[in-house]
Amino acid sequence: MIPGSFDYHRPKTVDEAVALLGQYGEEARAIAGGHSLIPMMKLRLAAPEHLIDLGKIEALRGISRDGDTIVIGATTTQAELIASPVIASNLPILIETAMLIADPQIRYVGTVGGNVANGDPGNDMPALMQCLGADYVLKGASGERSVAARDFYEAAYFTALEDGELLTSIRIPLPPAGCGWAYEKLKRKVGDYATAAAAVMLKLHGGACSFASIALTNVGDTPLLAAEAAEALVGSSLDKSAIDAAVAAAEAITNPASDGRGPAEYRTRMAGVMLRRAIARAKNRAA
Amino acid sequence: MNDMTVPREEREAKLEGMGCKRKRVEDVRFTQGKGNYVDDIKLKDMVFGDFVRSPYPHARVKSIDTSAAEALPGVLAVLTAETLKTVNLAWMPTLAGDVQMVLADGKVLFQNQEVAFVIAEDRYIAADAVDLVEVEYEELPVLVDPFKAMEPDAPVLREDLEGKTEGAHGARKHHNHIFEWTVGDSEATDLAFSKAEVTVKELFSYHRCHPCPLETCACVASMDKIKGELTLWGTFQAPHVVRTVASLLSTIPEHKIRVISPDIGGGFGNKVGVYPGYVCSIVGSIVLGRPVKWVEDRIENLSATAFARDYHMTTELAATAEGKITGLRCHVLADHGGFDACADPSKWPAGFFNIITGSYDIPTAHVAVDGVYTNKAPGGVAYRCSFRVTEAVYAMERAIDVLARKLNMDPAELRLKNFIRPEQFPYPSALGWEYDSGDYETAMRKAMETVDYAGLRAEQAEKRAAFERGETRELMGIGVSFFTEIVGAGPTRNCDILGIGMFDSCEIRIHPTGAAIARMGTISQGQGHQTTYAQILATELGIPADMIDIEEGDTDTAPYGLGTYGSRSTPVAGAATAMAARKIKAKAQMIAAHMLEVHEDDLEWDVDGFRVKGLPEKTASMKEICWAAYNNVPPNMEPGLEAVSYYDPPNMTYPFGAYICVMDIDVDTGAHKVRRFYALDDCGTRINPMIIEGQVHGGLTEGYAIAMGQEIAYDDMGNVTTASLMDFFLPTAVETPFWETDWTVTPSPHHPIGAKGVGESPNVGSVPCFSNAVNDAFAHLGVTHIQMPHDNWRIWRECKRLGLTG
Repeated sequence: MIPGSFDYHRPKTVDEAVALLGQYGEEARAIAGGHSLIPMMKLRLAAPEHLIDLGKIEALRGISRDGDTIVIGATTTQAELIASPVIASNLPILIETAMLIADPQIRYVGTVGGNVANGDPGNDMPALMQCLGADYVLKGASGERSVAARDFYEAAYFTALEDGELLTSIRIPLPPAGCGWAYEKLKRKVGDYATAAAAVMLKLHGGACSFASIALTNVGDTPLLAAEAAEALVGSSLDKSAIDAAVAAAEAITNPASDGRGPAEYRTRMAGVMLRRAIARAKNRAA
Repeated sequence: MNDMTVPREEREAKLEGMGCKRKRVEDVRFTQGKGNYVDDIKLKDMVFGDFVRSPYPHARVKSIDTSAAEALPGVLAVLTAETLKTVNLAWMPTLAGDVQMVLADGKVLFQNQEVAFVIAEDRYIAADAVDLVEVEYEELPVLVDPFKAMEPDAPVLREDLEGKTEGAHGARKHHNHIFEWTVGDSEATDLAFSKAEVTVKELFSYHRCHPCPLETCACVASMDKIKGELTLWGTFQAPHVVRTVASLLSTIPEHKIRVISPDIGGGFGNKVGVYPGYVCSIVGSIVLGRPVKWVEDRIENLSATAFARDYHMTTELAATAEGKITGLRCHVLADHGGFDACADPSKWPAGFFNIITGSYDIPTAHVAVDGVYTNKAPGGVAYRCSFRVTEAVYAMERAIDVLARKLNMDPAELRLKNFIRPEQFPYPSALGWEYDSGDYETAMRKAMETVDYAGLRAEQAEKRAAFERGETRELMGIGVSFFTEIVGAGPTRNCDILGIGMFDSCEIRIHPTGAAIARMGTISQGQGHQTTYAQILATELGIPADMIDIEEGDTDTAPYGLGTYGSRSTPVAGAATAMAARKIKAKAQMIAAHMLEVHEDDLEWDVDGFRVKGLPEKTASMKEICWAAYNNVPPNMEPGLEAVSYYDPPNMTYPFGAYICVMDIDVDTGAHKVRRFYALDDCGTRINPMIIEGQVHGGLTEGYAIAMGQEIAYDDMGNVTTASLMDFFLPTAVETPFWETDWTVTPSPHHPIGAKGVGESPNVGSVPCFSNAVNDAFAHLGVTHIQMPHDNWRIWRECKRLGLTG
């Protein structure tokens, strides 16, 4: 549990950080809260020669509203997210999810940007960002680009983020007014990754579901947008057969690993159970 | 000055003696981060060791190339088995009569086995150098399943034992067989079973788990070559034994070795044994002439240092149709890993497993234990229990539940029917123990009344009906367990560690002003010894506990003792404390008689001094006596007030308890919620009720973890898959249930203060209680036994098998 040696950089601006990332290429890693990277370094599964600490870059921090979009700076901590009135009034599902991540000590340090950018399928925010249709703003030497969360994840720890690029902010469109929401997570203990988890946003109109979005955490090597499952709900009264169809569609796209949380079959079923429970709670919350 | 005019109650309160909820004096430093642990020790010129470990669970070591590591600036030495052979230390004896490689000698037998030891100027260089040691392995077939260990074509693990048909504990039946240990009357037991109206038989596996103390194992070895003296700081639960072993292994005379256990962050049996890290640090310090520090990390601790349990117990009960148990038979397959490094008393290869008849009057029984080697880490330590007692209690307490189902009786009623009755004590058990005391029925009935057991059963019936009607997806389980521990090892006639009898000791010095210091042969790892021993002395000697220092853990100053494990501190060293105090009190009485110019028989003790019988205003307080001991002793008496006691207990002590658990299980996820957990403990005389309650809380939390998910698991390839706290279940405050604690008091008749020990009871008693609750939730569906650990997916698997969920 002793990391290899590395050089430490602490830029004050995004441009400086991007320049350092460009300069050192794949030998460099950006570090924010460090809750994923530092354990990997201690296990010597990661051995970056240059650590670029984003902690002093004020521009990367904070939560704001930009028209119909909520903008979350990459190094905003989970604790700041939880305490944010902007998030509480516009995207309470983010708070419900963040409260299920690790423990208070980690949430004071762990960042939203780190959680989404690392590409760990166990992280909770990536599926939620897919469910909400968020975009990630990435900045590199050649400028800035935006990648949808739904297109960002390629495989475990492989993402659209290229060497030399930095995730600077997350842009989340405001969900339709009156949307019900829920994030259901089954875990073994505080601090554990999900055995399975499901994020649900849905809207009711005249007793029928007029909008639904569903994504799943940690039941594949990327977060999974369950588009067919959502389609199975839209137009229905969220009756048992529609929910059964959604659950079946969601389970069908899972491909979890067998691990200490349980064999693959169990984790697939738990994705279904979590989805069923999330739909029920979201339905109750829908206006 | 005579302070005995103060009312008796005030003087008693001032002492903070036995029965007082005295705050732990240790916590003043612990809560301020001022504890002094091994890793806090920093010595001049100290260097750091780190291990190269095997990625393979079974492989031949073809070659080890240390040249690149040795070339790294700051690296001072790289030890391998070849280097250790020059000092005859490539192998070391285990406490169980086996031998164990210190560093891989020709092959490795478990994943993360120690292969080479790098010593460097700092901790980082040592870690870098570990990566530079090149080891060439040739993989060998891996043996993971203990049930396959004795198949004819099973891989040969211990080539060093080839041709040895006799082990430390008798004949070996197979190349992977370690010992067979039997106890009881086999023929009489067979007869009881052949005559029985009802029998049950079930395999209860108590999975491999781990004590996982918050502080991992560590040491600092410092060889002073000028003086020829070795000082060894370490996380040792038995510092004197470590000194003796170190002397025998190193040939350094024992008086030239000083072993110091500073503050220890939890042991739970994990810190009893001798580990390669200690040996390598000592050798490193001797070679380099500099202090060597070694601190293992969490992964090393979990994967290589002293697991617990891994007992597979095929248990049978014979009974009458009315539910009177007439016989018990048990065969245990014990998985010891690559070396037999159990930390049991020497003559007890399966510990005190023969306590398996438990709290019940079972006339005849037979037990056979087969120990086998597998490609797993060595250990088999007593994880917060007396030696193999928790395994035995688990088997018995599950078996009696299984019998209750078969008889269609309530499990609590069946226990009541079979308890050893109070008038039967001292009770000779069928497997050779003499239980000192107990009142089991009173404890069981108090537990049942407190939780409204009948009401719980009615609620369960309602809930099952509601489940049938589809109104709930939860099943309710009620777990009952009643355990009898056997602790306080132990009488030297049958208990020793490497030939040293398992007595313990206390040495007391009273200063002229009435303050005192007592030094002990035990060592606290969080149990609060500094607090509780002082309370025993306060009551025995009439000196306020705050005026008494308790010192442990330094072999240069402490009297020889066998250390702290197996709940032995209070039963053995606590007894030595009282006995030494009584020697002092006897001398104090003679001094008081001299001071008051009366015969000593004319004096009576009153809290903190003596009064003359019939003349209560004539007194000599202990404070006055202490002063007089240094200037006014009777003619021909030596001055001073000191005593030492080496206490050889006449018997073990037998704490017991009644636990009841109420659990709700979500059949769709397999997740559970412990709605209620009630623990009644009878540990005899209660020295500090607050410390007892804390001990019980801690033990219950460990028991909860073990039953509900804590596991050292290996995959089919022999890779350990639970070597970090991500996967090894250590519950946080969030997962930990709320504990209700209660007690009865049945003092031990042979212990000077009637105390029995309590630290381990809650682990021993709670594991079967949780497991019984899980099994009880499904009992109406015909389930007899679900193997632990009862984590979510395994419970769900059972729900699925039963058709309760998809």
